[in-house]
Amino acid sequence: MGGLGAEAIVERLVSGLGLGEGDFDTDLAAADPWVRIPGERLVEAAQILKADPDLAFDTLHCLSGVDWPKDDPPAVEVVYHLFSLAKKHWIVLKTRVPREGGCLPTLENVWKAANWHERECYDLFGVRFEGHSDHRRILLPADWPGHPLLRDWEWPETWHKIPVKPGRQMTDRAEKGQMTGVGPFD
Amino acid sequence: MITRFRQVEMRLMGPLTAIPIVLAVAVLGTIAALPVLAMVISELTQDFIPPGLQHLVTVAVGCAGFIGILALNPIYAIWLERKVAAHVQDRLGPMRVGWHGLLQSFADGIKLLFKEDLVPKNADPVLFRAAPMLAIVSAFAAFAIVPWGVRSDGAVLAVADLNIGVLYFVAITSLGALSVLMAGWGSNNKYALYGGMRAAAQMVSYEIPTAILVLLVVAQVGTLSIPEIVAAQEGGFLGIGDWLIFQMFPLNLIGFVLFFICGLAETNRTPFDIPEAESELVAGFHTEYSGMRFAFFFLAEYGNMLLVSMLAALMFLGGWVGPFGSNPLLLFVKGFGLVVVQMWLRWTLPRLRVDQLMAVCWKYVIPISFFLLLVVAGVRGVGAGW
Amino acid sequence: MDRKAATGQDGGPLVTLYDEQLPPDNSYAFSPEELEEDEMILNMGPQHPSTHGVLRVELKTDGEIVKDARPHIGYLHRNFEKHAENIDYQGVIPFTDRMDYVGSMGNSLTYAMTVEKLLGIGVGERVAGIRVITAELQRIASHLLAMGTYGMDIGAFTPFLLCFQQRERVLDLFEWLSGARLLYNYNWVGGVSHDLPDGWTDRCTRFLDEFVPVLDEVDSLLSHNRIFIRRTADVGVIPPPMAVDYALSGPNLRGSGHDWDLRRDDPYLGYEGYDFDVITGTGEHGPIGSCWDRYFVRVREMYESVKIVRQALARLPAEGDVHENVPRFVRPKGGEAYLRTEAPRGELGFYIVAEPKKPIPYRVKGRSPCFVAMGLFHEITRGEMIADIIAIIGSLDIVLGEIDR
Repeated sequence: MGGLGAEAIVERLVSGLGLGEGDFDTDLAAADPWVRIPGERLVEAAQILKADPDLAFDTLHCLSGVDWPKDDPPAVEVVYHLFSLAKKHWIVLKTRVPREGGCLPTLENVWKAANWHERECYDLFGVRFEGHSDHRRILLPADWPGHPLLRDWEWPETWHKIPVKPGRQMTDRAEKGQMTGVGPFD
Repeated sequence: MITRFRQVEMRLMGPLTAIPIVLAVAVLGTIAALPVLAMVISELTQDFIPPGLQHLVTVAVGCAGFIGILALNPIYAIWLERKVAAHVQDRLGPMRVGWHGLLQSFADGIKLLFKEDLVPKNADPVLFRAAPMLAIVSAFAAFAIVPWGVRSDGAVLAVADLNIGVLYFVAITSLGALSVLMAGWGSNNKYALYGGMRAAAQMVSYEIPTAILVLLVVAQVGTLSIPEIVAAQEGGFLGIGDWLIFQMFPLNLIGFVLFFICGLAETNRTPFDIPEAESELVAGFHTEYSGMRFAFFFLAEYGNMLLVSMLAALMFLGGWVGPFGSNPLLLFVKGFGLVVVQMWLRWTLPRLRVDQLMAVCWKYVIPISFFLLLVVAGVRGVGAGW
Repeated sequence: MDRKAATGQDGGPLVTLYDEQLPPDNSYAFSPEELEEDEMILNMGPQHPSTHGVLRVELKTDGEIVKDARPHIGYLHRNFEKHAENIDYQGVIPFTDRMDYVGSMGNSLTYAMTVEKLLGIGVGERVAGIRVITAELQRIASHLLAMGTYGMDIGAFTPFLLCFQQRERVLDLFEWLSGARLLYNYNWVGGVSHDLPDGWTDRCTRFLDEFVPVLDEVDSLLSHNRIFIRRTADVGVIPPPMAVDYALSGPNLRGSGHDWDLRRDDPYLGYEGYDFDVITGTGEHGPIGSCWDRYFVRVREMYESVKIVRQALARLPAEGDVHENVPRFVRPKGGEAYLRTEAPRGELGFYIVAEPKKPIPYRVKGRSPCFVAMGLFHEITRGEMIADIIAIIGSLDIVLGEIDR
């Protein structure tokens, strides 16, 4: 893999954004070097990363959320794995938002791939993306209670009277001789 | 485990290899048996029957053949189709019910008969019920004018020996488009509607070249009656030299191929099966049909296949005349041969798209048929001393 | 339609379980009020013969022309990422198998390698060789499925069965190897579950010998058929910049002409030592990045996979314990790892966040190539015809288990 080293990438990004020492966080020794920046500078950072001819991060490879309820302050971390097909180098961009009502600017206008990833992140973590063109849930039904990948999310017993909580519900019902709605003869 | 999949040399030319042909001949024999038997009886009895009743007898014999086709063709054509498909695809097909699965179609028919008679709640009940009936009626009504032989005294063996037979054929096959349209609209289902609309557009478009190509034949033979068209093809080199397909080479050969293509399109067979394109429209116009109503569409399809094949054989391939004289069996051989070709094409080719299908019709088939008709008419006109 | 009619009050099994009141019907992207004259909303799926699973595509149509299309996913959503929060590292592997259920070897391989990256362990040469062989055989099986079903989508039924006949033989090999035909749980963290049985390599070689002529034949039957080309060559064109913008990967990316293959450009498992070509779309019939290009990349890739398997079989070390590096306890020191491999459908990645000294992962995220590919579906379907929608879905080669996870 060619391209710039993580150090140079982070340096360029930070100087491009004009961030001070305390505004960002980075770990260049990690298996995948990452840099954490404040959420309000995200679009700017993405534009620098994409437009700078030496960085040329042309693909948003993966977007993941990670919930950190025990941290201070509790936050959902949104992790952008960026890759440059042209330069063949990586960087991991991180940012944190509050767990309740967290909101980030959308990166849809920088990388179109962000569209569905952000919908998924909203669906499973409840992070809102401002300016998103199609801000709906993607995997779960629109009226599903809560955002399941938050660590303190609890299974609902039923959803529209359909038992959804995993466990012995179905077998219990079947043993009691009730209808389970499963199988051809029920 | 692995050895159970014997690496057979694939036979993509499967239907042309021996097994399907043997099977086809077996089917042919079964189906043609009734007409041939009727013919023999008719030949034997013609001297004892008063001339006034002769016409009645030929009609009765025609009906016997007709019933043979009606009753046995779909059942064995479906079986044949499955066998041809299986051998094209390097597998065996039905093998369990009867010898080589010969009774499979009977079993399927019984299953379909016992299925629940479903009419969707939101469907138009009249149209929904009428469509399969019309489909099957139009498919089999057309067989009325298909003659399958001529007796030694010249009497034509057909249900109705119309002197405008080919016109009747063109007219009655148009009903098929109507039935498909009725099914598509009456089902009140979007997929069915798409199927019906596609079918209407396709059948109406392909009727034009069909009619032109029928005219091509009529212009050369000078009659609208099918027995006379066949009679005009009798004789020649080896008994096949006067078949229309060999006349004015290659004009009639092209005409035959085009007629066959139009036949494929009119019967909604691959590569023209867009009205029931299963990967796009689920099942097209018969999405909502099940049980016997579904079976009717199926029967109609196979009836139509045989009809267009027999018509092509009668008009271009000399019908029942050939190297061994005149024999009804010959017509069945030719007809079923073309049916097998239809099946072979179906299991080999992908499907065209709607616009491409229309382009084939309006950009290629119709202009070429017109050109053929013009040339033939010109040649005939010059020959007639203009 | 009212609820009773919809569920079939007369005997539908789910009736008594559902609410009397419908769930709020907001699963439509297009509203009927906004339709113009002659426009219609057509729901394709989730139960449709050629949406390759339970994909639902909502089409706004004007006759045969599709004005707009929106895919709706999630019908197969099981959220294995939530399950993974409560299962130890090794136990997640069966869940990953069920992501791309026709390419299970690739999924578990990627996951196992990501955990190995977290732990900082490697695998022996024999294990690496076995992994390459199984991954490439899985690629052959997966591409055969893609090729066969694609033919069926276009209306040719025969290639489907011919492809499945060969795929079956790959599954037989896998069954012999791991005991399962579809979901293998074969790649373990640090090794594989079973060593190759005696005689397996011979049978594998025999399969390769017999497979290539069959592939030639199916290829000649379908790929260059005039009708097939007309149906696919001008349809669903993904221009190269769009492919990058949407982060496509695998055959979809290469179909758009990008010369990029992880196996060559970011090698893992010793792929750098194998001699194979990276296939890219050429635009042989029409614009580059069309359905035909993507399809043909897959066909050609099977030949390359055969080459790789042959080489891997030839250089596979005769001796070696496949459980040598399997850790007794998987307890990473913490940190996080992201790793991607070239799965049959594109670049499959796993992002794992580990808590120090905990036996269960804190967060597992699967980056699914099909999910990403489906994200651009609405862009390339606009203005095509209904039959083309099917062609496009098939050419993207999606598996709903992986999209919905």
